[in-house]
Amino acid sequence: MYHAIVFLPLIGALVAGLFGRRIGPKASEAVTTGILFFVALLSWVAFFEVSGGHGHGATRVQVATWFTAGDLVVDWAFRVDTLTVVMLVVVNTVSSLVHLYSMGYMHEDPHRPRFFAYLSLFTFAMLMLVTADNLVQMFFGWEGVGLASYLLIGFWYEKPSANAAAMKAFIVNRVGDFGFSLGIFLTFVLFGAVAFDGIFPKVAEIKDAGFHFLGTDWNALTLCCLLLFMGAMGKSAQFLLHTWLPDAMEGPTPVSALIHAATMVTAGVFMVARLSPLFDAAPNALAVVTVIGGITAFFAATIGLVQNDIKRVIAYSTCSQLGYMFVALGVGAYAAGVFHLFTHAFFKALLFLGAGSVIHAMHHEQDMRNMGGLRRYIPFTSLMMAVGSLALIGFPFTAGYYSKDAIIEAAYMSGRPGHVLAFLATVIAAFFTSFYSWRLFFMTFEGPARWQEAHAGGHDAHAAPAHAHAASAHAAEADGAPGHHEGVAHDDKGHDVEPASRSAIEHHDEHPHVPHESPRVMTLPLAVLALGALFAGLLFKDRFIGEGMDAFWKGALAHGPDNHIMHEIHDAPGWVSASPFVMLVLGFLLAYWMYIRRPELPHRLAESQPLLYRFLLNKWYFDELYDRIFVRPAKGFGTFLWRVGDGTVIDGLGPDGIAARVVDVTRGVVRLQTGYVYHYAFVMLIGVAALVSWYLFTGVSAAAH
Amino acid sequence: MLGLGIISGLLILPLVGAAFILTLSGDEGAVRRNARWAALATTLATFLLSLVAWSRYDSSTAAFQLVESHAWLTDTIRFKLGVDGFSMPLVLLTTFLMPFCIGASWISIETRVKEYFVAFLVLETTMIGVFTSLDLVLFYLFFEAGLIPMFLIIGIWGGKRRIYASFKFFLYTLLGSVLMLLAIMAMYWQAGTTDIPTLLQTRFPTHMQTWLWLAFFASFAVKMPMWPVHTWLPDAHVEAPTAGSVILAGILLKMGGYGFIRVSLPMLPDASHAFAPLVYALSVVAIIYTSLVALVQTDIKKLIAYSSVAHMGFVTLGLFTMTEQGIQGALFLMISHGIVSGALFLCVGVIYDRMHTREIAAYGGLVHRMPLYAVAMMVFTMANVGLPGTSGFVGEFLAMLGAFRANPMVSFFSVFGIILSAAYALWLFARVIYGKLDKPNLQAIADLDRREMVILAPLVVLTLYYGFHPGPVLDVFAPSTEALMQGMRAALSTTQTAAAALPVAH
Repeated sequence: MYHAIVFLPLIGALVAGLFGRRIGPKASEAVTTGILFFVALLSWVAFFEVSGGHGHGATRVQVATWFTAGDLVVDWAFRVDTLTVVMLVVVNTVSSLVHLYSMGYMHEDPHRPRFFAYLSLFTFAMLMLVTADNLVQMFFGWEGVGLASYLLIGFWYEKPSANAAAMKAFIVNRVGDFGFSLGIFLTFVLFGAVAFDGIFPKVAEIKDAGFHFLGTDWNALTLCCLLLFMGAMGKSAQFLLHTWLPDAMEGPTPVSALIHAATMVTAGVFMVARLSPLFDAAPNALAVVTVIGGITAFFAATIGLVQNDIKRVIAYSTCSQLGYMFVALGVGAYAAGVFHLFTHAFFKALLFLGAGSVIHAMHHEQDMRNMGGLRRYIPFTSLMMAVGSLALIGFPFTAGYYSKDAIIEAAYMSGRPGHVLAFLATVIAAFFTSFYSWRLFFMTFEGPARWQEAHAGGHDAHAAPAHAHAASAHAAEADGAPGHHEGVAHDDKGHDVEPASRSAIEHHDEHPHVPHESPRVMTLPLAVLALGALFAGLLFKDRFIGEGMDAFWKGALAHGPDNHIMHEIHDAPGWVSASPFVMLVLGFLLAYWMYIRRPELPHRLAESQPLLYRFLLNKWYFDELYDRIFVRPAKGFGTFLWRVGDGTVIDGLGPDGIAARVVDVTRGVVRLQTGYVYHYAFVMLIGVAALVSWYLFTGVSAAAH
Repeated sequence: MLGLGIISGLLILPLVGAAFILTLSGDEGAVRRNARWAALATTLATFLLSLVAWSRYDSSTAAFQLVESHAWLTDTIRFKLGVDGFSMPLVLLTTFLMPFCIGASWISIETRVKEYFVAFLVLETTMIGVFTSLDLVLFYLFFEAGLIPMFLIIGIWGGKRRIYASFKFFLYTLLGSVLMLLAIMAMYWQAGTTDIPTLLQTRFPTHMQTWLWLAFFASFAVKMPMWPVHTWLPDAHVEAPTAGSVILAGILLKMGGYGFIRVSLPMLPDASHAFAPLVYALSVVAIIYTSLVALVQTDIKKLIAYSSVAHMGFVTLGLFTMTEQGIQGALFLMISHGIVSGALFLCVGVIYDRMHTREIAAYGGLVHRMPLYAVAMMVFTMANVGLPGTSGFVGEFLAMLGAFRANPMVSFFSVFGIILSAAYALWLFARVIYGKLDKPNLQAIADLDRREMVILAPLVVLTLYYGFHPGPVLDVFAPSTEALMQGMRAALSTTQTAAAALPVAH
């Protein structure tokens, strides 16, 4: 069954990818989507079988040997335990719904077979990642999802911004993989194995080993975990390696929902959870995880407050929620982290697909300043977005309520270093989350319908050159921010669009349209995800983090003998448990005040605090900083090494220099032709010497024939 | 049959083909056509014969196999041939790549067609000779003789600066070789033979090893090429015709690595151990330095050439880690790089044949008109980047893993290569393949034709197959690597530095 779950999506990808042109888009969609639904069904079966069964520990399913070298053995194999089946359910459920949704969303795109092939390929890589039995196979899935993400972000390859975003995603992830690779090497050197079965039993003996690296003596396990965590930071877009995630929104919206919200970005969380026996023995590494998670949760939420692109708000929200999960892992509450991963997949996919439905309705408009009042036109979508927002902010009894509160309580109750920072960061971030969620909702669905004016303006401007239009668009921007930092990419027409199809744009150019509700294939997945966002917490909280926890996880997540955090959270003081709710209400009130009662207030506030506003709007200037300290110096240094290093120094002193000296000598020889006999004799001698050497070298070589 | 074995057959067959082509005469068009078909038939037959050799090869032992020995210069310098786990895959790689080179030259070579294919076939003999020689003098002869056809291929059928490039190539490689000849003489005086299996059992005095090692190093490092003697390679690649580049990157570069594994490491273990830090340093510099240089290239071929230098850095790094993982990884990377870089140069050739420029800026948006080409290019780009699931990953991963065992610091710096390779390779891809197709002269560019598909498809398949299942190649290296490691351990344990030499088991 696990073979089917993992490899069927690959078959779907191959069918759609290789024969897509021959069998046509309809058949490609049908094959890939059908396979995914079947696989999702199997995953749920596996989920109840494994988590509800009486077995203990993990089952290993050997597929084949990948490679062996010396004492290193790397297999293709599945490790099936509760953590695996949780991930299977998350990945395949969201993936199948996204496949279905894409049939509507991408309906006008001429490259649908390619799109569905990529989606299925991604699913396959993600499944290889979550079922991996060893670190190298995990790395295979890890890079595989990176490839699929690269291909899907750059799906509209005509757009320079999409290409740049795709490359950025891949390269920033490679920075994380830099750490991941070193982590694998160190694991192998320490444990003599890369398979989890070989690693986990040996943790206790390695615990206090030291390792000398980069001139410092480290605790080997701490170093190992930190290096591996660097990989997780890249994939899960944590602070410092987060810059690729917002740009990844250049991809089609279903991709954002599947890859950049529900599944791939949670791979880092999964990795730490999978390696929890390792991390649990390295408390210092866990402290770093906590701090990075806390900073990310806070920092991403601050940026989310001021973004105007509907997808970017949600992207930063994702980044922030991933920070929550890492906080949970960092304080040792692995189950809470994975539970949040589980619930988050439903409501964040819902939010993204809902946003996609809005964008679809608005004919590829993404700027919330050009929306407003949409609730009357697309009531179902707005209802779904409301459900998703409620779950995200943790409204009581929705999915997010259980998982997020557990994290905040765990951060408070933990005694580990960094927990205070993490607690404060997550509570403040809860306030921001509530604010930006309601801001998004109010700007999109409530208030006056700003799209009518915006479109009128857009209509005229199409006659003007693109640059002029872009400039005028900026001039007219309500919040008055400069340049590309807006977070909204401009296509060649200077229009803020997803060019899902040119025809859509042309269409709206001709006659002003009225936003319309999306077709059934798009609203149905929304409804399913909404059910998950509402009830996933209520239904599963006992199993994931409650009474039935031990029977559910069956040791898939390590809790060392001193780690009782999952029980301690039940003893959290009342004010701690209430704080998220208080923050939620405050955030709502502030958003209501600013965007419904006094809509002119945000603008005034932005003007009165230009520095802070710019700082947030420009995402703490990380892109500029990295460009300045990494990208440009690398190119400059490369040019220097090429021109000066290879050109002037090596070639100058080496071949060209010698050649020049030879020429000098020859000139001297020419000068020798003076008419004196002994000069000629000398030249002749040189000639003979040269001839002899030539004969020697080539004569010997010729003997080979 | 005349007392000749299969390996002699591998050497003679291309020469027979070359001789046949030389006899062709008649009208111009017919000669060309016949020369092409004859060359293709010869290379295919050689490939089939190498498969026969492969079927008779027992990959479970480290011993030399299919050995044949004929009287030659003296009793001690014989014409001795044979293969083991290190050379067999390289022989197969050589015979495998040759038909692709002939195919790639099918229409792009229009002048002196006869001579061109003769040069290629002679080159094939010399390359197979290098990998199968079991006598150092013979090894040296083939090593050097290969220079001549390659020199001619670049100098006659090359681009605008072909004379400069060919002489640079020739002088660089010849200079290193002179020292190797001296070293071989010295070995002969010391051991009384140039028979490789005997020399493998000979212990040279430590101080002598140092000089011998340096002399061989001069030759192999240039061939590899290692930083800082790499600058001949980009020029040679840029000027060489497509098939020349394929052979250069695919096989000629591997001779350096093969030399290290055949001569330096097993015969001079003490010196290899002593000089390992030097090799590490040069390798790491090569990986980072040439990757950065690759990043800013404006010529597609030069970019790939620099990327080859960086990959060869992983090979030398892996070899001198003296761990099973490092050595097997390096060897696997040689095979994988032979396929992938060869394929990348073939891909460049495809668009060069159409547009006659290698400038990156002249392209853009090719995916619109050439979707199949884009797919092939994507696979090879990803293999070049070392994505797991392509053959490029296994070798690099093992080499770095071995390096981490031997020296974590070195491994740390080498891993920067995986970030930089992603940067230059994807940037190239984005500029050439993605984007808008707005350049007027690209509007009518055609996708791969049947001949090009036949050439590229097997390489795509192999790249992916070895990514998922590298066993068939990797396991061939294992017994020989094991034997090499045992020999080195034994040698080093008698010297004082032994303790530091062995990877510390934790």
